[in-house]
Amino acid sequence: MTTPTAAAPSDAVNPRVDHLDLLESHAIFIIREVAAECERPVLLFSGGKDSAVLLHLAIKAFAPAHIPFPVMHIDTGHNFTEVIEYRDRQAEAAGARLVIASVQASIDAGRVMDPGEGLSRNRIQSTTLLDAINEHGFDAAFGGARRDEDKARAKERVLSFRDRFGRWDPRRQRPELWQLYQGRVNHGEHLRAFPLSDWTELDIWQYIERERIELPSIYFAHEREVVHRDGMLLAVSQWVSATDGEVAERLSVRYRTVGDATLTGAVRSTATTIVEIIEEISTARVSERGATRGDDRFSETAMEDRKREGYF
Amino acid sequence: MSDTSGKVMDLLRFATVGSVDDGKSTLIGRLLVDTRQLFDDQLEAVAHASVSRGVGDLDLSFVTDGLRAEREQGITIDVAYRYAATPRRKFIIADCPGHVQYTRNMATGASTADLALVVVDATSGLKEQTRRHLCIAALLGVRRVVVAANKMDLAEWAKDPFDAIVAEIDTLADRLGILEPLVVPVSALHGDNVVEPSDAAPWYTGPTVLGALEAAPAGAWAGEGRVGGRLPIQWVLRHPTGRRTYAGMVDGSPISPGDEVHLLPAGITTRIRRVATADGDLPVAPVGRCVDVDLADDTPAGRGDMLATAPLPQVTDHLTATVCWFGDEPLTAGQRFRVKHTTRSTVGFVDHVVSRLEVNELRLEQADLLEANDIGVITISTADPLVVDPYDVNRITGSFVLVDERTNATLAGAMVGKPGFAR
Repeated sequence: MTTPTAAAPSDAVNPRVDHLDLLESHAIFIIREVAAECERPVLLFSGGKDSAVLLHLAIKAFAPAHIPFPVMHIDTGHNFTEVIEYRDRQAEAAGARLVIASVQASIDAGRVMDPGEGLSRNRIQSTTLLDAINEHGFDAAFGGARRDEDKARAKERVLSFRDRFGRWDPRRQRPELWQLYQGRVNHGEHLRAFPLSDWTELDIWQYIERERIELPSIYFAHEREVVHRDGMLLAVSQWVSATDGEVAERLSVRYRTVGDATLTGAVRSTATTIVEIIEEISTARVSERGATRGDDRFSETAMEDRKREGYF
Repeated sequence: MSDTSGKVMDLLRFATVGSVDDGKSTLIGRLLVDTRQLFDDQLEAVAHASVSRGVGDLDLSFVTDGLRAEREQGITIDVAYRYAATPRRKFIIADCPGHVQYTRNMATGASTADLALVVVDATSGLKEQTRRHLCIAALLGVRRVVVAANKMDLAEWAKDPFDAIVAEIDTLADRLGILEPLVVPVSALHGDNVVEPSDAAPWYTGPTVLGALEAAPAGAWAGEGRVGGRLPIQWVLRHPTGRRTYAGMVDGSPISPGDEVHLLPAGITTRIRRVATADGDLPVAPVGRCVDVDLADDTPAGRGDMLATAPLPQVTDHLTATVCWFGDEPLTAGQRFRVKHTTRSTVGFVDHVVSRLEVNELRLEQADLLEANDIGVITISTADPLVVDPYDVNRITGSFVLVDERTNATLAGAMVGKPGFAR
C-alpha cells in the first residue's frame, strides 16, 4: 500500500499545499461558482466565528473588488451586545450592504407566535429567514454550517436545494459530483451554499489564528454571571435570571458558538488567546453543539426537523 | 495538513463501497469510535437512540445514519461526510448508501475519493451490488481499494470464505485496473482488525483497516501531473487600475509566471505575467489552489474559457462519454440537456446511446436507452465547444453533468471517453 504511483509528482514540482490552503481554495471556489451562477446571492452573517470565516473568505474571493452580494443577519432580538457591535463593524469594513431581518418584526406582523418571555426564538427564525429570502428575491444564501456539527448537516450537499416553500428534502438531494456545483434554480426556489462544509471546528480556529480574523470578545474567557440550567451555563441577562433552585454565580467562561442568547451556553474556560482555545478544544470531550446548544437537545432529529422547515 | 503542533500531515479522502446490509456504516462507526473521534455527548446520543429504537446498547451504524428515515429503516439513504484525524493523517470519509436506488448518492461520494473502502459480508461473498459499486468507483477513477471482509465472527473466522473473497477481488481488480487491493478479515461489530489487531484470525498477518488507510497514497483523486496546467476561468476580477485578471482553481499541473499559456477554445497564445492570491504573488501556483492570473497581452477572456499549458487539451463540440444515468425516465437519443463542464455551461443533444455496461460481466452491450442507475456510453453534441481531457488522465477537465433544463435536476454524471476495462 505504500508504493507511490509513478505519476505522483515530487514536492519540488508541485509544492505540497497546506491543508488550510486547500480548504481556503475550495471554499473560495464554491463562493465564486455561486456568485457566477446565481442572480442574487446573499451571505448569512450571525457574527459567530463560522460566519466570520465565511465573510473573510468572500472578501478574499473577490479582492481587490468588493464582495458582489449583501450580508444578512437574522436578528432574534436575543443578542449579545458585543456581537451586534461586531456585526456592524465587520459589514462596514467589508463594504457590504447589511440587511437585517428581524424576528421581532415577524412576531409583530403576526407571521409567527412569540414563544414567550425568555424562551428561545431559534426555531421561529426560519420563517423570518424565508420571508426575507422571498422579499429580497435571493436565489442563494451562503451559510457557515459545517458537516462536523451535526448528523443531519453531515448529510447535506455543499449546494443544498430548497423548494419554493423553503424546504430541504433529504431524500431528494441533487447529485453533486466532482467539483461541478450546479447552481440553477427556478423562480421562487433557492439554494443554501455551504463553503465550509468540509471544515472542522479545529480547522476554523487554526484558520482564524493564521489569518488574524477578529472575533467578538465573548469567544475569549471573561468573567460573567451565569446560571446552571439543563447541564449548560446560561448567561444572566434581561431574558435569563435564576429561577427556583438555581443559583447565579460569577465564573470565568467563554462561548464556543454564538446564537440566541436564551439558549446558547457558555463553557468554563480560562483561554484568552486563540492558541489557548485551540489547546482547549483539542482535548475537549464534549462537542461544540452538545456543550452549548439547547436547541439540539429536544429530539433525536432536531436539526433535521428544523432544516426541513427552512432553517439555516 | 497540520495538527495542533503544526506538523505537516496529509489528507486521504475515502468512500465506503458495497452492498446494502454488508456493514459499511457499522464499520465507519467502529472506526470513529475506536479512534476516539466522537465526543462523549455524540456517543451518548447514539447509545440513547439505539436503546429507544430497540436495536441494542450501541448501534454503530447510527454514528453516520443520522436521518430519521435511515434510522427507521436501518439503511443509509444519502452520503454522510465524517472527519477523522490520527497521529498519521487526516481523513475525509464519505459513508455511501448501498441500495441500487441511491446510486446517484454513492457516485456523489465516490467522485472525489482517493480510495474506496469496500465492505463485503464474508458469510455471503461478493454480490451484484458490490460489483456494481466497485465498477462505478473504478469508472470514477478510484484506483486504490481496501476491502473489509466483514462479519468474520459469523463466519467463525474460517479462512475459506476469506480466501474466496480475496480470489474474487483479485480477479475483479485486475479487470478494473485497481492497484494492489488489500483484503482484511474484520468484525465491525466487535472491532476485530478495524483499529485494534485481533487474535481471532491467526492466519492473517496484514495490517488492520486503519493501518491500511494510513499507509495508502493520498491526494490521488486530483490526478496531478498527468496533463498540463489547466485553469478554467471562474470570474474576471476587475482591479482599481482598470486591469483585468482571471480567477480560478489550478488543475492538472502547477503554473508559474513566464509560462506560455493558451486561451481556449479561442486558441490565443500568450504568457502568464503574474499569479496571485489575495495574499500576494506566488512563484508557483500548485494544483488545488485558487489563484488569479494576469496575462501578458490584453486578451479578452471570460468565465467558461480555459487557460492551459502544454500538453494541451482537446477542443471539441462532439464527444464520446461514459455516463451514470440517474433520471427516472430513460435516457435516449435526441434528448436535450444543459451541460455543465468545468465552469462552462452550454446545451447538448444526445446523438446516440451506444451501449450499456453489463456489470457482472463488465461487458458493453449494444443498447438504445439507459434506465435509472445504468452505466453506458453515449455520443453527445454541444452548442459551444468544450475544452476536455480524457477522464482517465484528469477528473476535472474530463467530467461533466447533464442537467434537466426544466427542473434543473442533475440527471447524469459523465466522463470523457469509454471505460477502459470493458470488453
